[in-house]
Amino acid sequence: MKAVITVIGQDKIGIIYQVTSVLAEYDVNILDINQTIMQDVFTMMMVVDTTKTPVSFEELQKKLEEKGKEMGMSIRIQHEGIFRAMSEI
Amino acid sequence: MINVENILSTLRMFDKEKLDCRTITMGISLLDCAHSNGEIARQRMYDKITQKAENLVSVGESIEREYGIPIIHKRISVTPMALVAGASTDDDYVAFAKMMDRAAKETGVNFIGGFSALVQKGFSKGDEILIRSIPQALSETEFVCSSVNVGSTRSGINMDAVRLMGEKIVETAELTADRDCIGCAKLVVFANAVEDNPFMAGAFHGVGEPDTVINVGVSGPGVVKVALEACKGQPFDVVADTIKKAAFKVTRMGMLVASEASKRLGMPFGIVDLSLAPTPAVGDSIARVLEEIGLEACGAPGTTAALAMLNDAVKKGGVMASSHVGGLSGAFIPVSEDEGMIAAVRNGALSLEKLEAMTCVCSVGLDMIAIPGDTSAATISGIIADEAAIGVINNKTTAVRIIPVIGKKEGDSIELGGLLGTAPVMPVSRFSCEDFVARGGRIPAPIHSMKN
Repeated sequence: MKAVITVIGQDKIGIIYQVTSVLAEYDVNILDINQTIMQDVFTMMMVVDTTKTPVSFEELQKKLEEKGKEMGMSIRIQHEGIFRAMSEI
Repeated sequence: MINVENILSTLRMFDKEKLDCRTITMGISLLDCAHSNGEIARQRMYDKITQKAENLVSVGESIEREYGIPIIHKRISVTPMALVAGASTDDDYVAFAKMMDRAAKETGVNFIGGFSALVQKGFSKGDEILIRSIPQALSETEFVCSSVNVGSTRSGINMDAVRLMGEKIVETAELTADRDCIGCAKLVVFANAVEDNPFMAGAFHGVGEPDTVINVGVSGPGVVKVALEACKGQPFDVVADTIKKAAFKVTRMGMLVASEASKRLGMPFGIVDLSLAPTPAVGDSIARVLEEIGLEACGAPGTTAALAMLNDAVKKGGVMASSHVGGLSGAFIPVSEDEGMIAAVRNGALSLEKLEAMTCVCSVGLDMIAIPGDTSAATISGIIADEAAIGVINNKTTAVRIIPVIGKKEGDSIELGGLLGTAPVMPVSRFSCEDFVARGGRIPAPIHSMKN
């Protein structure tokens, strides 16, 4: 399934490295990345494919949340359907 | 890729604007559970409810997790109990309510609705027994919600039922007086009740519905409020358009939850109810939306017009987002469940009479209003009759969910807890309607009911 990962928090070195290393560990394929600094806040969005990940979506979610806590940032992964439903006619 | 701005705006709605999916409600028909032996009927019902709704809560939670959508309640609605229990030889239906309560506990849902009777034209045997069982049923159960339909545009108003419901509301308050009369918060008197309403306390599974069905109710006053903050001073055309766009997004979220839930539970999708349902939390209030439109306080002159426009724009935005919009769909105006309404009552801006006017244009009626404990049953019946008349003549659903708070008077307040909130006790007219209520009989259906 396709999911959207959002990483929000204070900018620092190595954010993308740390997040993508978790994704690589769990066989999550990155389809698209978009990163920007909005009002001094680091904001990254990724569209990923979780089809090949050997763990459940819930577990992946937990891993990313833990990583986020460790980095002092908010990391969320959600099914992309919600964003499409609410912004596309 | 999905537009970054859209992703951020969706996240903001969930995080800051308190957008949530209020409820996934599973409707379950109990018609095939009827039996002349009440005990056998109850066992059949319990088995059917617990089997059909076995995975409702876990499926709801998995959708919540995967999509990041807060889903506040999971609920069950069943066939109006009077219809099914009426086949039994029992002369008291409290045991049926207790069975519903046990089934709710077993499945882990927040509420179960359908301890109901439809008596708009008259009572069948089961209807009368059910209504007489309501006070005890609500005082001895935790999750059961009850509703009675006393009028419809097609049939007029059953004034015997109106009188009886005034008495039953008082009795329910008395029996739950030790718990701030909470039984009354779970009892709704309707006119033109709908068969697919997912919201409590008025949900029941209508007889025209399939065996099981998934209905979803959304929320989202905060989203509308924030959207309106961006168009201060603009003409009403802009306001209406802004509300429509916000309602569209909210309903799309509901539609997504509904279709996922129906797929995962293997049950047909019924409707999305696109009601703006407030909660007592700051930032989740209908009153504050009305104030954002330009009122100093909810209840000021202009409130009814603002609410009419809001209710209509919500529907217009919502119908574009889902092919099956149903239930009550509009703006709810419960007092205790809305932080802004509570404030408006406390500062004297909002009276019962103004609320009655607002119910002419909102999606339901007088909702979650605490009144003095010494209010007579006849006065409550009078309030019900007025509200039913508004519904019957205007071809809309109206309802009364009113709490006579035993031992309290105007100016006091009660804490109902959770989503039910805080209710300031509001004054009611001190003039009597005893003779009016005592007449009984039926108020005939209005001329415009004859459409064939």
